[in-house]
This record gives sequence, structure tokens and C-alpha cells, in this order.
Amino acid sequence: MSAIEVPSVPQGPEPASEPVLVLRAEGRAASRWYRQPALVAGLAILAVVIGLALAAPLITSYNPITQNLSESLLPPSAQHLLGTDQLGRDTFTRLLYGLRLDLRIAFIAVLLPFLLGTVLGSLAGYFGGWVDTTIMRLVDIVVAFPFYVLVIALVFVLGPGERSIYLAITLVGWVAYARIIRGEILVAKRQDYVTAARSGGLSNARIMRRHLLPNVISQAYIYAMSDIVQDILAIVTLGYLGLGIPPPTADLGSMINDGQNFLSTHWQLTTFPGLAVVVVGLGLSLTGDGLADLLRPGQ
Amino acid sequence: MNAMNAMTASTGAEPLLSAREVSVSFPVGSRMAARARGEEHLLRAVDGVDLEMRRGEALALVGESGSGKSTLALALAGLQRTDRGEIRFDGRVLPASRSRADRRRIQMVFQDPYSSLNPRLTVGSMLRELLRVHHVVPANRVATYSAELLALVGLGEADLSAYPRQFSGGQRQRVAIARALALRPDVLVADEPVSALDVSVQATILNLLRNLRDDLGLTLLLISHNLAVVRHLCDRVAVMYLGRIVEVAPTEQIFSTPRHPYTRGLLAAIPRMTEGAADDSGPAIAGDPPSPLRIPAGCRFRTRCPIAQPRCETEDPVLAGASGAAAPPAAAVGGSASASATGADAAEHLAACHFAFSSGAPRPERSENEQNA
Amino acid sequence: MTDTVSAPILEVRDLHVRIASRRGIVRAVDGVSFDVPRGGALGLVGESGSGKSMTLRAILGVLPAEAQVTSGEIRLDGVDLRQLRGSDVNRLRGPKMAMIFQEPMSALNPVMRVGWQIAEGPQVHLGLSRGRSAERALELMRRVGIPDPERRFRAYPHEFSGGMRQRVMIAMALSCDPEIILCDEPTTALDVTIQDQILRLLTRLCRESGTSLVFVTHDLPVVAQVCQNVAVMYGGQLVERGEVREVLLDPRHPYTLGLVRSAPDFEYVRKSLLPIPGSPPSLVNPPSGCRFHPRCAFAEDDCRTSQTPLRPLPGGRSTACLHYERTLEAVEADRARP
Repeated sequence: MSAIEVPSVPQGPEPASEPVLVLRAEGRAASRWYRQPALVAGLAILAVVIGLALAAPLITSYNPITQNLSESLLPPSAQHLLGTDQLGRDTFTRLLYGLRLDLRIAFIAVLLPFLLGTVLGSLAGYFGGWVDTTIMRLVDIVVAFPFYVLVIALVFVLGPGERSIYLAITLVGWVAYARIIRGEILVAKRQDYVTAARSGGLSNARIMRRHLLPNVISQAYIYAMSDIVQDILAIVTLGYLGLGIPPPTADLGSMINDGQNFLSTHWQLTTFPGLAVVVVGLGLSLTGDGLADLLRPGQ
Repeated sequence: MNAMNAMTASTGAEPLLSAREVSVSFPVGSRMAARARGEEHLLRAVDGVDLEMRRGEALALVGESGSGKSTLALALAGLQRTDRGEIRFDGRVLPASRSRADRRRIQMVFQDPYSSLNPRLTVGSMLRELLRVHHVVPANRVATYSAELLALVGLGEADLSAYPRQFSGGQRQRVAIARALALRPDVLVADEPVSALDVSVQATILNLLRNLRDDLGLTLLLISHNLAVVRHLCDRVAVMYLGRIVEVAPTEQIFSTPRHPYTRGLLAAIPRMTEGAADDSGPAIAGDPPSPLRIPAGCRFRTRCPIAQPRCETEDPVLAGASGAAAPPAAAVGGSASASATGADAAEHLAACHFAFSSGAPRPERSENEQNA
Repeated sequence: MTDTVSAPILEVRDLHVRIASRRGIVRAVDGVSFDVPRGGALGLVGESGSGKSMTLRAILGVLPAEAQVTSGEIRLDGVDLRQLRGSDVNRLRGPKMAMIFQEPMSALNPVMRVGWQIAEGPQVHLGLSRGRSAERALELMRRVGIPDPERRFRAYPHEFSGGMRQRVMIAMALSCDPEIILCDEPTTALDVTIQDQILRLLTRLCRESGTSLVFVTHDLPVVAQVCQNVAVMYGGQLVERGEVREVLLDPRHPYTLGLVRSAPDFEYVRKSLLPIPGSPPSLVNPPSGCRFHPRCAFAEDDCRTSQTPLRPLPGGRSTACLHYERTLEAVEADRARP
């Protein structure tokens, strides 16, 4: 009987042999994130913006909602960096608090569709059949309407307020994630390691959770980055239309709307909140692009 | 212990794993469009296969693309639903949706080492998950057992914390084998386990499989298109063509006296190191295999067969031995002792050709090489 | 073996190909030299990472963007290809040299009818009219054994089977009557019966038209069937060269011996296959001296320190091994064993 012929292999994994130009799609591209200019720029902008938002109470001592009619419409000065608005409130303070609020809402608003869409997309992709058909028909219905139109209509129906915003955005926004995840899962479930998991008697839930999702979720993250920009714009739009957070809470959208009337005399009331939105959008966009490049398999 | 178990214990002739009339089909496109093209709507990947595997043997499923060998292997491993037929393990019919306990008994190693391991899990987590879900060993022994599994395939304990991407192709296959062995299966199904590896690495894996078989008494089902590999590793060979088994015999018999024209052609087509550059004789088998959506009536090999006769168009040959007896049925409950004794005899050589065993077989027009019976 | 009167159709001298990668400079091909006689067939054998494909691509001038030939000569019919401008080399592709790839599906244009793809070469390089080039394509399709060529002319690649697609590739390669065809694993993706057909076809056609072949493969019996001579590559270098049956059945380099011993051979069933221990060398930081020495059972001190170019042996073959007589002994011992 031949002895077990095990060639002496060094302990620990050997360096993978290098078929030079064969690029394998493996995850974990956390190396050299700092080499991506888009990512670095985006993160820098976000850091500043989020930092300002978080530190709002420390930066300014004014109250964003207390009215002070005797001080209304003051030009920018040392005490009021951006002047005051028509109700005497410090614009800079309202800007920071508005940013704070809108960012918070945006982050939560992107999370809920992400979760709902990922779950439904996974079920559709993994099980196929009637589950897939039903979910995809739902997707088709939602997708028939433009995003903003549907969100605005829903908020209008549900009444303004934070909860309505979440509900509206979730009901409309889940479809993109569902499609993305479903597509990825359709491909991933054909991989041998999934077949191996089934062969090992693992339950469907476990396979989806541990074997499929971790390998496909990065596409959803990437989409979430662009989605959050869309959400921020939606939130600001709703605020502008008076369907967002009700006054007197500081909110970028309503600030833009209010300041419109004074565009010729006190342009800073409208412009700076607008710029804030643009900057945040830019930061998120760059981060999303950089992340997409990083997480792209291969190269 | 009932009569059947007693018989198994005494004769050991009852097959461990058997397939009876197994068919697997895949719908392709719409029925109308297919009919318009003159094709079938169903792609019959496996079309009525009977097969038996005895405990401890190494059986090879050989065929080219479209033969159905991989599909059959997946069906036997319970990873592909069958349309017809039954699969029995240890005498018991396996239901379409297998229980966890049943799944443990038959494990699989896949062809592509780069897609058969989850890139996000370390080797250790992968093994741990399987061991825990099936309670193979008590929780506190999981780590030790995992290390033992790796040692069995020639890897080290340190590899438990490594990710698949840190391994070469050959090492990944070893990990895949360790994973397959983790649940202590009775049958290991290996689907082209070395095709994706470099030649010098193939040897390691092949030796490993052989040794594991010898040491652990594993029953091995090897799917391969490479007859050299098969010759090195297996006791018996089943040759498949377009979804059917066309010949089954012990390895040396298949190579020395192939009975089916397709087998003969397959053997003749293998490039040899010692032969000179091709003489002007034609190829071993001419033409392309028919589309599985347009399987020829009668014998499906007749369109490329050098000895095809009119009879081949009307009569579909049955897989049978020299005596003309059809393939012995999978051990039926309460089967007689004599039936199983015949089955245990120096293995039958079965072929699905009208002229497989007749001495008056029509001569082919072109001369084939020395592999002719 | 070689027709000493006429010069070889292809002469490669000291070819070096470097690839820029994140990990550093990869020395994919590091000093490779060989000749291909007119009408002859040379096999380039090696495993993945040996540099055989890169060598082929360097000759044809179709290296990937990150790779480039850093030194060496490539003489096709006496003309050094490296001295030519890109456009001039382009004119040679087709009439002088052609290539057949491993995966025909990616080498064929999926949205162009097959007949026109075959006809394109003659149109562009030989200046044939549309009609004449189509006729030529039909004739070629017949020669390579594509049934019903008139109808198949108008078909698209996806309508063909793998074997048929490879025949299309061969037709394309032959379309401008090249002097040499470079084949990169043309039958690796094919079933064995189809491979048999394609190999016979290729060798027959080349013999009929006197076309030379460079055949890259990892499959030793295939190279034995198709080629008269073989060069074995390892780690970007040549380790052995000579007449094919001599090199494969009577090797003079431990790597060749290892290859032969580790491959399950159809005709000779060894008790146990002998794998080559270790793993292929890094091409960024190759081992010093002989690149094979870390895995070699016969390695000595000088293997680590000395350069190992190919050195001629009696009988027209060459080896890079400093101690090839150890391989010789091992071969004889193998033969003595039943």
C-alpha cells in the first residue's frame, strides 16, 4: 500500500502562483484606498460637511428657531456671519442646523430602501419562480413613475413631516436596490461555492445570508452612494415645496424657498443653503465614484 | 435487521448508490419556436440512465461536452432535480428534496477551484459552518477536527485562517476536497477535479484522491474527459454519449476491448506521445455531435458511427452485456440472492450497440487503429 | 532535421518581454531563442506562467498594453520585425504570419458573418475584390471541412459549434497563404474527438501548403503528434529544445522529466504520479541562477549561482541544465523499472 504521498508543502498558504495577466475577481480591495483621488476628495468634503453639521451647537450659540424681529434681515457681520433672515434668525446657524437635519434624514432615508430592496431582491433572485415574478411586477409598477414625482405625490398624500419622507422614499426607492441585488444574485447563485453550500445541506436562509449577500452587497453600497444624493435632493425639494419638515425647524429646502423673495437684496439667504446642498452632493458623488472604482472586482 | 440488510452484510453486493431510468431535461425557449426550428422544446441532458456503484469502488463517468456526465453527477449528488427515474442510496430511494442527513452521505468536489470556494470565508469558517450545522463533532472539537481535515489533504493548521485568494489552484482543490470530506461522506463525487490545474499540479491531486480512497475506503465517482486520468484512478468506466450510457466495463477491459464504436473512436482520438505525426487516415470520429435538441432516432450515435446499419435507425440499442441480459436492475427489495450474486460477478461489460458483442459485426470502411476489438 | 540549405522562416534571438504590473516588473519572457524551419512545426511547451503565450504574442506583435519587448530579435523571413514600424508589421499579419487562438468565440467577431470574416484578410491584404474574396472564403471553408459552406457563409459565429469555430479560425489563418501560423492552445478547449479532427486537419493543411507552425500547448502528447521539434519553457526561459520525441521520451532537463512524470499518460500507467514539488517561480523576483533549482531534486550549489542558458548537446538538441546527466540517469532508471 502506498504511503500517503503528500509533498512537503510549507506551512501556511503559499503565495498564489502568478499567471501574470489573469485578474481574479476577489473582494477586499481595501488596499490603496488613499490612491483614489475621487475617493479622497469626496471623503474630505464629507468630513468637513459632517463635521460642521455635528459640531453645530459648538460652533454657533444662536438658536435656529427663536425669532427676533428687531434683528431681521441684517447684512452679514461679525455677529451674524451670513446675516439674519426675515424673522431675525441667524442664517449661519440655521444653515448648520438645517444641514444637520437634512443629512440625518438623508442617511436614514437611504438605509430603509437599501434594506427593503436588498431583501426583496435577494428573494426574487434566489427563489425565482412566482416570487420573482411578483416582486418584479411590483418593481415595474413603481419604476413607471419618475422618482421625484412619486415621492412628492406620496408625501402630499401622507402629509408633511419626517415620517412621511421616510415612507415615501422607501416605497419608491427600494426598486433600484431590488433590481441590482436580484441581478447579482442570479449570477452569484450559479457559482460552485453556492452549489457546494447546498450540497453541504445548508438552509436557504443561511446560504443567502452568509454565502450570497456578502459577495453581492458591494454593488448595493455603490448604488447607495448615488442614491443618497438623490435623496438629499428629494428632501430639499420637498422642503422647498413646503412638503418637508414643517417650520419653524431649520431645513435647507425651506430656507431656499424663504430666501427667494429676497434674492436681489439678501442673496445670501437663498444662495448659501443652495451651495451647501451642492457641496454635499459633490462630496457624496465623489465618494461614490471612488468607492465604485475601489470595489470593482479585478483591476 | 431485515432480510435485505442481512444480504448486504453477507454478500456486500448491493450497490451503494444507484440510478434507475434517471432523466434530466431543461426547457429551452418556447415550445412553438422550437417546433418551428424542428427541434425539441426540452433539452434532454440525461436521457434514461441506469447505473450502479458498489461501496469502495471508483467509477468514472467519461464523455465529451453534451454527454450529460456533469448533469448526471449533480443529480446523483442531489443538486439537480430529476424529471424521471429514481436514485437509491443504500437501498433506500432518495426523495427529490433531500434531508440534511442524506446530503452528508454524498459530497462533491467541483471543477473550477476559483469559483468553488466562497471568497469571503476563511477556510476555517467554511469548515466550521459545516461541522456545526451537522454536529459532526462536539463544538469544542471543531477546531482540532478542522486541522485534521487539512492535514489529511496536505495543508497546515495555519491555513485555517487564510482566505481562498491566498491559495494556488492546486491548494484550493485540496481545500475543496477537505470540505467534501468534512461531513464524512460515503461517496465523493469529483467533477473534473484536475482539468483546471496545471499538469504538474494535477499529479498531486490525483495521488491525493487515490490515497484517500485507499485509506478511507471512499467510494469515488469521477467525472472526466481525460481517459489517462481515468485509467490512473478508477476501477470501472461508464462512457456517456448524448445523455445515455453507451458502455460500462472495468477499466482495463474498456481500454483493451472497447465494444462500442464511440468508445473505440474516443480511444483512437487520444493523442499519443509515441505515435508519429498523423498519418493520412481520417480522424477517429468524423463530424460533430448532434445537437441535444435533435437527438437522432434509434441509436443516437449512428450519425457518426463507422458501422451504422439500417437497423440502427429504427431500434434504439439497450445497454446490455454479452449474454444479452439487460443491465441488472438496482437491487430490488427482497431481490433473490442469486440475482445479486450474478451482479457481484467479475463485472459485466455492457454496451449499447447492436453489434457490440457479435463476431459478425460489420467492418468499418476506414481502418481504425489497434484498439479495435 | 533542419534543411540546412534554406534559412529558417522564423528566427527568434534572445527575446525579452517585460510587463509592468502593480507588483513590479514581470520578466515574462527572459532570453528566449529558437528557429522554425520552413515547413516545419515547433512546439512551445510549458505550464501557466511559463511565458509561452507571451512569446507568441510578441512575435505577432499583439502583446497586451502593459507588456513590451525590451530586447531581442524576431526575424521573419530574414526581416527583423522589431525594426519595422507598426503599420509595416500590420501588413505582414495575414500574408506572412497568422495566429489561431484558444478560444474562438472571443477571437471571432460576433456580429459579422463568418464568411466575410474569412474574406476580410484577402480583401485587405491581397487586394481582392469582394466577389473574389468571397469565392476564396468559400473555397477555404471547403478545405477546412465546414459542411454546406454556401449556407454557412452567411452564418454568425454563435451558430457554430466549438470545433466548427476553430475550423473557421483556421480558414481565416490560411486565407492569405501565410508562411507561418502561430497557434496558442488551439485545441485545449475542445473535446478530444474534435481535437483529433482539428489537429489532423491542421497538420495536413500545413503539410500540403508548406506552412510552418509554432504550436503552444501544455499538453505533451498533442505536441508530440503535431510537431517535429519542441522547446520547453519554464519561468520565462527555455530549459530544453530538440526533436520532439527525444525531448519528451528521453529528456535532459529535470523540469521536462518532472512534466513527463507528473502527467497521467494514457499508455503507461505509473504506480504513482510524481508531482513537481513547490510552485511556479515569481516572475517579478525570480530565483537566482537556474530558475528551477528551488524545486529540483538534482540541484547543486552552482545551480543557484550560475546562469543557465541553453547549451548544445550532441545530436542537435540543447539543455539548460548544468547537471543533465542526473536526468539521464533518472530516465534510464525509470526505463529499467517495469
